Amino acid sequence: MTTGPQADATISIITGVLHRIAPEIDLTTLDPDADLAEACDLDSIAFLSLVEGVSAIVDREIPERDFPHITTLSAFASHLRAAPPAGSGR
Amino acid sequence: MSDDERKPTAFAPIARDTAVHPGVAGLTVTDYEAARATFQWPGAPTGADGQTGFLNIANEALTRHAHGARPDHVALRALSDTRDTSTLSYGDLDDASDRFAKTLRAAGIGRGDVVFLMLSARPELHVCVFGALKVGAVVAPIFHGFGPEPVRQRVALGDGRVLVTTAATYRRKIIGMRRAFPRLEHVFLLDGEGPVPDPTVRLFEEALAEADSGPVMERTDRQSAALLHFTSGTTGVPKGVVHVHDAVRVHRWTAVSALDLHPDDTFWCTADPGWVTGTSYGVIAPLVVGCTTVVDDAALDAERWYRTIEEEAVTVWYTSPTALRMLMRAGPTAARQHDLRSLRLIASVGEPLNPDIVLWARRVLGLPVLDTWWQTETGGIMIASLPCLDVRPGSMGKPVPGIDAAILAPDPHAPDRVLEHDGEAVEAPSGQTGHLALRAGWPSMFRAYQGRPRRYAAAFVDDWYISGDLARVDDDGYYWFVGRVDDMIKSSGHLIGPFEVESALMEHPAVVDVGVIGTPDPIAGSVVKAFVTLADGYAPDDEMALGLIGFARTRLGAAIAPRRIEFDQHLPHTRSGKVLRRLLRQRDLGLPAGDVPTLEDP
Repeated sequence: MTTGPQADATISIITGVLHRIAPEIDLTTLDPDADLAEACDLDSIAFLSLVEGVSAIVDREIPERDFPHITTLSAFASHLRAAPPAGSGR
Repeated sequence: MSDDERKPTAFAPIARDTAVHPGVAGLTVTDYEAARATFQWPGAPTGADGQTGFLNIANEALTRHAHGARPDHVALRALSDTRDTSTLSYGDLDDASDRFAKTLRAAGIGRGDVVFLMLSARPELHVCVFGALKVGAVVAPIFHGFGPEPVRQRVALGDGRVLVTTAATYRRKIIGMRRAFPRLEHVFLLDGEGPVPDPTVRLFEEALAEADSGPVMERTDRQSAALLHFTSGTTGVPKGVVHVHDAVRVHRWTAVSALDLHPDDTFWCTADPGWVTGTSYGVIAPLVVGCTTVVDDAALDAERWYRTIEEEAVTVWYTSPTALRMLMRAGPTAARQHDLRSLRLIASVGEPLNPDIVLWARRVLGLPVLDTWWQTETGGIMIASLPCLDVRPGSMGKPVPGIDAAILAPDPHAPDRVLEHDGEAVEAPSGQTGHLALRAGWPSMFRAYQGRPRRYAAAFVDDWYISGDLARVDDDGYYWFVGRVDDMIKSSGHLIGPFEVESALMEHPAVVDVGVIGTPDPIAGSVVKAFVTLADGYAPDDEMALGLIGFARTRLGAAIAPRRIEFDQHLPHTRSGKVLRRLLRQRDLGLPAGDVPTLEDP
């Protein structure tokens, strides 16, 4: 599980986007370690919308090769905290 | 000449010798015109049919190999994120499906009974398809992503006596409305454990373990019903499309001629088994040829898909424009990190294949994509960019040898209909848009819309099956897709009927009127969008829009539910009161309404 104010902010960014894609899901009871696609009934297009939505807000590219590392809410949040900002290292 | 008319020649053709790698065996069909001229269905390869006097798809696809020369050849390589990779030989799959057949027989299931399968791509699906066919039952696959309502409706329409699904799906989508399935007598659950919820339910694994072994093969004939696929419409309830065992002749011939499958190929069809492609080409066709099929139930993930092609050494790959667009989005680097040289041929189906995908694939994957066109009703590939033809990017290719296609002229007074002269359909001149039609009588032609003979008869004019797609043919005989006659939505490989989505939304207390269309999407081709009129007292705000999306997702499932909602208190209607979806599409694109009369508030 994640702790601290920064972690909570990251989680709320993801859940904020998720709510717009799968509004019927009760995010307060969503297991942070559950597979997001499974738990929230996201098909490939919906998952892509989630990634693009989050990516736009945090202003970071999330390439396809990272998708296997963002399959749960907590993994997605950890990944965002660990990922360098877009454009760095170029 | 307008821009529209120039389109067909906008992209240079790709020479056939660079469009596929023929492999050591070489192409089976090398000369298109010669194959067309000499081909006749009675002469089509039909496996054991000629020797045994009966025709059963399970025998053609499985038992013939298992009891013949290839019992140990790998039939399935099943990959999964959540289960171990499993390998089944033709012999293994034949044995397992015999056990399921024995289980069904013991339960009193036999000829003509309908067995519903609501499963993702996994080996048990193949076991169930062939087990059911072996007892002469009719297999009805439905999309495992469906919500409760589409499932209930289809099982009721199909008069299903058996349902096979997973314990998780049953718990989430069916158990709450189990009483809405009064005629469903037997449910088999995969991945289940512990006590079952009611006496009609059995655990699939246990049932198979307890079943007798030994061969089962009902001696069905060519005209016996074998498959029931559901296709949702623009109006009314979904239609049950009935196919017969004879369809296997088309499965086999198109696998050979359009996909160039040989017995030593490793084939991967990425279509979901809930749709016709996932059955005809994900389950049946590759096994009829005798090759190895990759089965993978993981969602689309570029990295994983490239790895699958590399690790499984996939030689022939059948996928969709949406999948290819997602790979394009992942960028060329993702592809270049993998050795994709095993691929000999890439083919696509499900939505129009844009020329830029064809050219991208040639540059990045090393092969252009060969388009194929067909429908639930046609049972198999009808028009294809055959490997023996030069590729014209943007064209769907030419009719498979054995299939007669034509572009029929629209009736100038009712363009949705075919122009007839003395009861005969009139062909459109070369280059002009018209109704894409097929001459009736090919073996995998659908035999009925279940229980709806008049609707079935209406699909034919003269001796042509009218596909509902608009297309044109160029001077060299290449076909070019133009659009749908009706309002069907092609999204992410699914053919979605707007009526089903509208009906679900109308159940919401705030909704008084609704029109559903496809709106362009860079990845999915199009996505479902609903124009909604609210009842008095409801506010057209963000919260309401999300509420409606959630409402529809719960009933219909993610793939079918609208992804966008627009509130509109004045939807356009016909005089008879139907929502004019064509006008909604024009509004959505910001186009002027043109000469279509707008009957607001009729």
